[in-house]
Amino acid sequence: MSEIDARVVRYVADLARIGLTDDEVERFTSQLSVVLDAVGKLREIDTADIPPTASVLPLANVTREDEVRPSLPLEDVMRNAPTRDGDLFRVQTIIEERPEERVRG
Amino acid sequence: MAELPGSIREAGDLLRARRATAVELAEVAIERAGVDPYNAWLLVSAEQARAQARAADERIASGDASPLCGIPWACKDIIGTKGVETTAGSKILDGYVPPYSATVVERLEAAGAVMIGKTNLDEFAMGSSNENSAFGPVKNPWDTSRVPGGSSGGSAVAVAAGEVCFGLGTDTGGSIRQPAALSGVAGMKPTYGRVSRYGVVAFASSLDQVGPFGRTVEDIALVCQALFGVDPADATTMPLPSEDLCRDLERGVKGMRLGVPREYFVKGIEPGVERAVRAAIRELERQGATLLDVSLPSTDHALGVYYIVQPAEASANLARYDGVRYGLRVEGPDLVGTYKATRGAGFGPEVKRRMILGTYALSTGYYDAYYVKAQKVRTVIKKEFDDVFARVDALVTPTSPTVAFGIGAKTNDPLAMYLNDVFTLPVNIAGLPGISIPCGVSEGLPVGLQVIAASYQEATMFRVAAAYERATEHHRMRPPAARAA
Repeated sequence: MSEIDARVVRYVADLARIGLTDDEVERFTSQLSVVLDAVGKLREIDTADIPPTASVLPLANVTREDEVRPSLPLEDVMRNAPTRDGDLFRVQTIIEERPEERVRG
Repeated sequence: MAELPGSIREAGDLLRARRATAVELAEVAIERAGVDPYNAWLLVSAEQARAQARAADERIASGDASPLCGIPWACKDIIGTKGVETTAGSKILDGYVPPYSATVVERLEAAGAVMIGKTNLDEFAMGSSNENSAFGPVKNPWDTSRVPGGSSGGSAVAVAAGEVCFGLGTDTGGSIRQPAALSGVAGMKPTYGRVSRYGVVAFASSLDQVGPFGRTVEDIALVCQALFGVDPADATTMPLPSEDLCRDLERGVKGMRLGVPREYFVKGIEPGVERAVRAAIRELERQGATLLDVSLPSTDHALGVYYIVQPAEASANLARYDGVRYGLRVEGPDLVGTYKATRGAGFGPEVKRRMILGTYALSTGYYDAYYVKAQKVRTVIKKEFDDVFARVDALVTPTSPTVAFGIGAKTNDPLAMYLNDVFTLPVNIAGLPGISIPCGVSEGLPVGLQVIAASYQEATMFRVAAAYERATEHHRMRPPAARAA
């Protein structure tokens, strides 16, 4: 059996920033155990001297000239924002302002 | 005009002979898509289609008509379309209007093709049945109690039901070829690097390719001709000289060596599917091909590689859906709480399962055991294909082990669902081109024959598929409902 249990599912969902209900945790734990058992069969293969393949493409370090080009029209981009402040995306406060920094600034 | 011509070739001949106009074809497609009973469409962009059709008619009148000019097509809703809502089948992107079009959409537009609208799919292309769409399942026109396959089920059905002449899908582990097989049309995944992924909602970046659905092998080749080629906006497109992909369609298979991999005729394959595929292979032999019994010993491990690499890449790609710049936002107590609430509400169960699986495979302590291990076995699988292609020109296999299954039959058993793709996903792991073409029916439902070629050998793959198609009538089969309509 694989080592996945409800605690691990909660932990990994937290890393992935996905809120799960208790019902989902229970269901995913049993479903993912089955899937992990199936993929765990890879351990049977001896891969000691085999390099990993990240991409099948025979290309590396594809570069291009750094040219100035027009960007997308700002309004076309911003219209999809859930909330905005003019041309800025509005989000919740992530850094609390501390009074001493204001003094120094 | 009551229905669309049977192929791009036929439609093009009518247009160039002035016996039909692009506007007439577009009106038929818009009407058929509008009353589609299979939930194949998420959006019909009728006004844009009419404008594109009028422009196509002007080009045809001026004598400047590419083979796709004026031809109505369906776009899988994971491919970004400027000014036309693109959802990827997910609530998290509901209402998203891309500020730019994918390169593939621009190329078809430049060729004069007329986009009718956006088609339904499994959410973020994660699925083999189209039941994972946030906007309801697509039904199979051969039997509406069954799935059409997935994830590109909407485009497959739109073509199968005669609502458009061709469609675009994306194929990460079989998402074009498997629904093509289950819906009774041709569908093809190009070699990795042939087609730009720019503007396509990213799923698993080292596996994804865009490709066409069509009624004939020639139609597939004609669409590929417009799609293929390096794109400065996608560094994973191969710079290759352009070639005529139709050049070998008429050559026949006499003298060709076709490999029949024994691992593709084992457990889980339905007898009716095996019968139809074996008969198709015998037909190719009858035409003068030499059959070789070959082995791809690690085939059994492809599923394991795929269900590590694919969710791992997906978990990284889908990190971008954070409710900040576009799509759904569900406010939580703080920013991290908002991420979790947004992603918890916006993603469906299959997407969540894969995010958790992928994050797990990439997490500390499991990275080497799962992710690196899978990448190493990927090397083994690729090498086995390379070795076989030193001896054969192409491989012939079933596309899917089963015909279309019932809606709901596998929704509570993810592993059973994943096994639908055992014959298609090794092709993505190795980056090869593969095509599925109709090769008969089993229990009244379509069966697909898969032809796989070496990297960049699409013309050889089309040669085999076209030879089979010329000698048989299976590509002319129409679903009963569409026949009655």
